[in-house]
Amino acid sequence: MGNFFSLYGDRLVTAIWTHFLYVIVSVAIALVIALIFGALLSRRPGWATVILPFISVFQTIPGIVFIGVLFLILGIKPVTVIIALSIYAIFPILKNTYVGLVEVQEQYKEAARGCGMSSIQILFRVEFPLALPSIMSGLRMSTVYTVSWAVLAAMIGLGGLGDFIYSGVSSNNNTLIIAGAIPAAIMAVGFSWLIDGVRKLLIPKQIRRDVK
Amino acid sequence: MTVDMVTQHLFMVFVSVLFTIAVGVPLGICAYFYPKARRVILLVVEVLQTVPALALLGIIMIIFGAGKVTVITGLLLYSLLPVVQNTYVGLSEVDPAIKEVSRGMGMTRIYSLIHVELPIAVPLIFTGIRIATVTAVGIAVFGAFVGGGGLGSIIYKGIHVQNMSLILSGTMTLMAMAIIFDVVMTLIERYLKRRFSPQ
Repeated sequence: MGNFFSLYGDRLVTAIWTHFLYVIVSVAIALVIALIFGALLSRRPGWATVILPFISVFQTIPGIVFIGVLFLILGIKPVTVIIALSIYAIFPILKNTYVGLVEVQEQYKEAARGCGMSSIQILFRVEFPLALPSIMSGLRMSTVYTVSWAVLAAMIGLGGLGDFIYSGVSSNNNTLIIAGAIPAAIMAVGFSWLIDGVRKLLIPKQIRRDVK
Repeated sequence: MTVDMVTQHLFMVFVSVLFTIAVGVPLGICAYFYPKARRVILLVVEVLQTVPALALLGIIMIIFGAGKVTVITGLLLYSLLPVVQNTYVGLSEVDPAIKEVSRGMGMTRIYSLIHVELPIAVPLIFTGIRIATVTAVGIAVFGAFVGGGGLGSIIYKGIHVQNMSLILSGTMTLMAMAIIFDVVMTLIERYLKRRFSPQ
């Protein structure tokens, strides 16, 4: 074990860090895009009936194809991975933002309008807070997927924990597989729990008991 | 691309879904019967699904070696969550009045489970199976990576030799497969809902 760390320790730390950065950057980009489009879409529910089924069909494309195709177009750059992961991460957040916003009950919006809020104020002060539980579960889904898909970055030789898994599998080296798989698993579970925790904190106290 | 790859892919998905049902439904029933076991069972299946697919397959490969057994085991573990959760939720959402009536008629717990509660929960359990199947179609792509074959191999090959049409043919077949499963199983689900609704 000590031997392993003296051999691969540095590489492992770099891999974990690269993996972490891929996830954080891609999910951050996806979050911003998804929130904007989710909000726009919620103003035009008619469009959503066309766009949402289209998105769920799109989501059946495996991430590996995405990275593969973008790699052919853009070449081997970290940007390729980030773009592929971001596009992938947009959908769950977008869908949940839209559903969360649309499901805000009309009475709350009406009350807000009655208080003299403008439609922008209603969106930010009433609708978004009420849609937060839904948005956060979308975010959690996206993040967990992204940790998983980021493993594929190694397929086009761009580091991350996938490097260890790939070289372990191709050289039949179990230690390498474990060294890549365990941190990746811990990262996914850790993100999932972290976002769950944040979700609990962010939900306004008044509506917390309605949400499990 | 060959028909062989498609059949291999379908084979892995079918076998793993069958095993998922065989393991997942009893686990869901366990979670329903024993509140103490519930938290552990639901936590474990949730963590299993959170683990990156490739990492899971890599770890299983250490035990079973490269091949279809590894892929099927991985798919099984990965698809457990929707089946277990829906079985549990379906059973616990059965109207308490109905359960009381069956008990009042002198049914034992097991008899009532098999003849009353499970039939009512069938549509929801089937929804879980549908989600598990569609997910399995996508995850089985990784099968190529641990020596299981299937449609993943053509996609990998396409990426390695940088041939777009290979990648696309694999992907299109895969998407068609996922969509067909989804549509057909949604139809069956609707039928089950009508057939098994308590009203």
